[in-house]
Amino acid sequence: MATNLKALPVMSIFDTFLNWKVFIQTLPLLLSGLTTTLTLGVTAIVLGFIGGLVLALLRLYASSPLRQIAVAYIDVFRSIPILVLLVVIYYALPFVGLRLSSFGAAASALSLVSAAYSAEIFRAGIEAVPRGQFEAARAIGLSPWRRMSDVVLPQALRIVIPPITSNSINVMKDTALASVVAMPDLLKQATQAQALAANPTPLISAAIIYILILMPLVRLVGVFEKRLAVRGR
Amino acid sequence: MTRPIIEMRNVVKSFGLFKALQGIDLRVKEGEIVVIIGPSGSGKSTLIRCINQLEEHNGGEIIVDGAEVGRGRKSTVLTEVGMVFQSFNLFPHMTVLRNVALGPVRVRGLSWAAAEERAQRLLARVGLEDHVVKYPAQLSGGQQQRVGIARALAMEPKVLLFDEPTSALDPEMVGEVLDVMQQLAKTGVTMVVVTHEMGFARKVADRVVFMDGGRIVEEGRPDEIFNAPRDPRLRSFLQAVLSH
Ligand SMILES: Nc1ncnc2c1ncn2[C@@H]1O[C@H](COP(=O)(O)OP(=O)(O)OP(=O)(O)O)[C@@H](O)[C@H]1O
Ligand SMILES: [Mg+2]
Repeated sequence: MATNLKALPVMSIFDTFLNWKVFIQTLPLLLSGLTTTLTLGVTAIVLGFIGGLVLALLRLYASSPLRQIAVAYIDVFRSIPILVLLVVIYYALPFVGLRLSSFGAAASALSLVSAAYSAEIFRAGIEAVPRGQFEAARAIGLSPWRRMSDVVLPQALRIVIPPITSNSINVMKDTALASVVAMPDLLKQATQAQALAANPTPLISAAIIYILILMPLVRLVGVFEKRLAVRGR
Repeated sequence: MTRPIIEMRNVVKSFGLFKALQGIDLRVKEGEIVVIIGPSGSGKSTLIRCINQLEEHNGGEIIVDGAEVGRGRKSTVLTEVGMVFQSFNLFPHMTVLRNVALGPVRVRGLSWAAAEERAQRLLARVGLEDHVVKYPAQLSGGQQQRVGIARALAMEPKVLLFDEPTSALDPEMVGEVLDVMQQLAKTGVTMVVVTHEMGFARKVADRVVFMDGGRIVEEGRPDEIFNAPRDPRLRSFLQAVLSH
């Protein structure tokens, strides 16, 4: 560090924030963090997708008690900050005998919230399918389940691709919150690496990795939205 | 052969406080072609939608093929009633062939192969044998409506309901759809058709029903209705539609 003091300022910035040696040294740690982040994100996205679909169908078509439960669920989990939920699950639930691993706690918190958001997205998608589609499906005698699976959902899913992708991006970003329950995700490993190397390069690297992974998805949403706008829906 | 396949007795349908049907009595015999005419808002759509329970009636009885429908009853008889919609309502994410084959597979339990063979045959019958692998959006309105008819026919229904099947079409495509319907009328299937095509009514109908204000005001053979209308409302309606 001391030798760098006399170097050009720009060099010192590179040595400090984008130090190649530090980068190479801490890369394995970052990659293991990345794996955890991706596993967590994908798990939460998939569970949130399934849960959201079920909740949307309950909210739209279930009879009274179940429907009210779905509505309440959706409202509650859209209101609670994920970080608060995560801390409650990880630190409070053990008091009632439910002890989850940090991965379990993070995956639960993220999926529970993602399901609530996905549910509203699916509901809007189903409601955007023209009434005539429901009627035609009924008129040829399809059962309620078949009307959904063969006619309505395939169309609704197409409609919700952009907002569901946006939601998935949010879930991926929110995985970083898991570092507060000591989950060795990308952010946590980067912080660790920074401490070990006494250099912020790992943090910068982590930030760049997040951007590299999520930016294509962000672009994709833009493309989807443009395509839908062209089709004039 | 002459038993009623549809029987409506004093059928009432309200939307909130508004009564769209105010006591409809209608019997349709097997093989009969009934055309329903009337001004906008007179309840024509509501009437045929009650027959296949897209709307649930609030009063009276509807008996289809010997079984009462609606008012909470689950009736399998409704799979014997096919419907053709003004806006076609084809399934946009399926090929034309799938659109037609879906019902037979899911409701009648046919294999996809058998159902697609049936669909091929029906699509050929409506002149669309060259379009089976296309998607609905790739077809003209007239072609889409003919798919709609083939889709309804694929269920081999005893009754076919048509709700203004040509109203959404460009004028040059109306003929091709009416031709198909006229062919169909000769096959012995029972048809209830809501339409503003008076030429079709005159030529094809066994009976014409005139509705106004949620009631059947007059009914009779086409020549009676068109040549010797009795009710003043029917007269002014005919004057209005036939004058252009
Ligand atoms: N879902 C609904 N909710 C409220 N009112 C309705 C509904 N459907 C129909 N109506 C009303 O019931 C009356 C009859 O409607 P219907 O669609 O049966 O008329 P129609 O004879 O088919 O008219 P058109 O020739 O315009 O299609 C109209 O006044 C209409 O506004
Ligand atoms: Mg109508």
